[in-house]
Amino acid sequence: MSSRSSKSPRERISRVVRDIPRSGIRDFFDIVSQRHDIISLGVGEPDFDTPWHVREATIYALEKGVTSYTSNRGLPKLRQALARYVEAQFGVAYDPDLEMLVTVGVSEALDLAVRAVINPGDEVLYHSPCYVSYAPVILFAGGVPVAVETRAEDGFRLTREALERKVTPRTRLLMLNFPNNPTGATLTPDDVRELAAFAEAHDLVVVTDEIYAELTYEGRHVSIAAEPGMKERTIFLHGFSKAWAMTGFRLGYACAPPDLTEAMMKIHQYVMLCAPILSQEAALEALRDPERDIGPMRDEYRRRRNYFVKALNDAGVPCHRPGGAFYLFPEIRSLGLSSKDFALRLLEEESVAAVPGTAFGPEGEGFLRCAYATGFAEIREAAGRIARFADRLRRT
Amino acid sequence: MNRELLDLLVRNARQSDQDLADQLGLSAEAVAGQIAELEAAGVVRGYHAIVNEDKVEDPQVTAVIEVQVVPEREGGFNRLALRISRFPEARSVYLMSGAMDLLVFVEGRDLREISSFVSEKLAPMEGVSGTRTHFLMKTYKHRGVLMDHEDEFEKLKVTP
Ligand SMILES: Cc1ncc(COP(=O)(O)O)c(C=O)c1O
Repeated sequence: MSSRSSKSPRERISRVVRDIPRSGIRDFFDIVSQRHDIISLGVGEPDFDTPWHVREATIYALEKGVTSYTSNRGLPKLRQALARYVEAQFGVAYDPDLEMLVTVGVSEALDLAVRAVINPGDEVLYHSPCYVSYAPVILFAGGVPVAVETRAEDGFRLTREALERKVTPRTRLLMLNFPNNPTGATLTPDDVRELAAFAEAHDLVVVTDEIYAELTYEGRHVSIAAEPGMKERTIFLHGFSKAWAMTGFRLGYACAPPDLTEAMMKIHQYVMLCAPILSQEAALEALRDPERDIGPMRDEYRRRRNYFVKALNDAGVPCHRPGGAFYLFPEIRSLGLSSKDFALRLLEEESVAAVPGTAFGPEGEGFLRCAYATGFAEIREAAGRIARFADRLRRT
Repeated sequence: MNRELLDLLVRNARQSDQDLADQLGLSAEAVAGQIAELEAAGVVRGYHAIVNEDKVEDPQVTAVIEVQVVPEREGGFNRLALRISRFPEARSVYLMSGAMDLLVFVEGRDLREISSFVSEKLAPMEGVSGTRTHFLMKTYKHRGVLMDHEDEFEKLKVTP
């Protein structure tokens, strides 16, 4: 019997981890999963199934016994195919042997990129509302997250002025995500040029998460990595989850100059070893004729977006028309409820699940994320219910 | 011609003009006008339901019949193909490349009805030099639609 009082498990948790709040998405998920017969606009993944030829090729690979490790960087033939794809699609040439790393989703790649360049105390600029992992990943690396608000009035574009207000001599990194989760915002070529000039002026590394690039509905997607002089300071991240409807395959990749790739590789080789080989085989198949797979899905998303944006605006719920991804981010402020209360009551009273904007940062207060990665009939029904709910709120 | 509208109609012709319009970013009047044009020009020839016959009370029997034809000096296969097409039993008639000439889908109440159509009407027709009849046993997919509702894998309802 020891008299030494032992710590509770909770007290044993590291400070960094303890101080990171639980994800708002998870909170909301727990509430929603109690409910059945709801229409969910809460998903961050496509409703489409992975293209059959990709699944079929994966089954074949499994039958052949393709079940081993791969090189840490990923299958050479996959990296070669990725290099060709990225050059054709984004206009940046990366060396598949030295400048490319296959990862377990963009999720892992985000973590690697930030850890590879951040020293404790370094400041990282990211725009908010944004994807849920950005601030935590910065904190895990010992960095200081500095949020830059994007606003509905600007179509949630990130402007140089907003960045200039937050940049300091300690700023080391700028994180970008366009088309954006949760707002669907895209950038114009001029915006991208401005952001590149900003990064150069302050000598920042740029991590650009372009996972929704192919799901762009107006104009052409432009990568900041393709701006003159930017390749040297940019870590380009992409993956198969969204455009190919392959979330469960967990496959992404990072492209960066050799030294930065090598730095990410150092972490990746010890914590992940390699991405799953079956998923790498699947990705190789997915790169066979990407437009054939993606084109019809993009067309369908665009039609749903057209319908849904109009339905919400017609119902007096102001919603900007996003240029990409598969999310609407309507403003519900004028209806007199907080994001969270609005989402809870919408679920309670109309059985529609949409995620409170605050799950994507405090800047998301007053907004709701409605994914249109769900069937047209459901979107139609959900839009009607939101309109009815908004009407009721206005009358009470 | 609005190819996207046509594709939407092929997939689901029952959507309202307004719903079609809101998806395409057009007005309902514009959609109605374009559909009327497609119909008038004979591009859209009709609308029908995709039926899983296995779930119908007294299901239709379908046969696929390969037909060999002696081409006519003038008109090739057309005249004969049209004659066959006029029989209501013949649901679809196609001109084919390869070993057969025409492919005919025939529907009837039972095997007897179909075989009597083939032996009494189709095979004896002048110009028909041979037929091979295959009965359709089960439909897995028709016009891009799977007939069986598989148990759908249920995805999470909220994800980041
Ligand atoms: C902006 C953004 N980045 C990264 C991810 C994670 O993607 P992956 O499935 O490749 O890990 C998501 C998924 O929702 C996302 O929206």
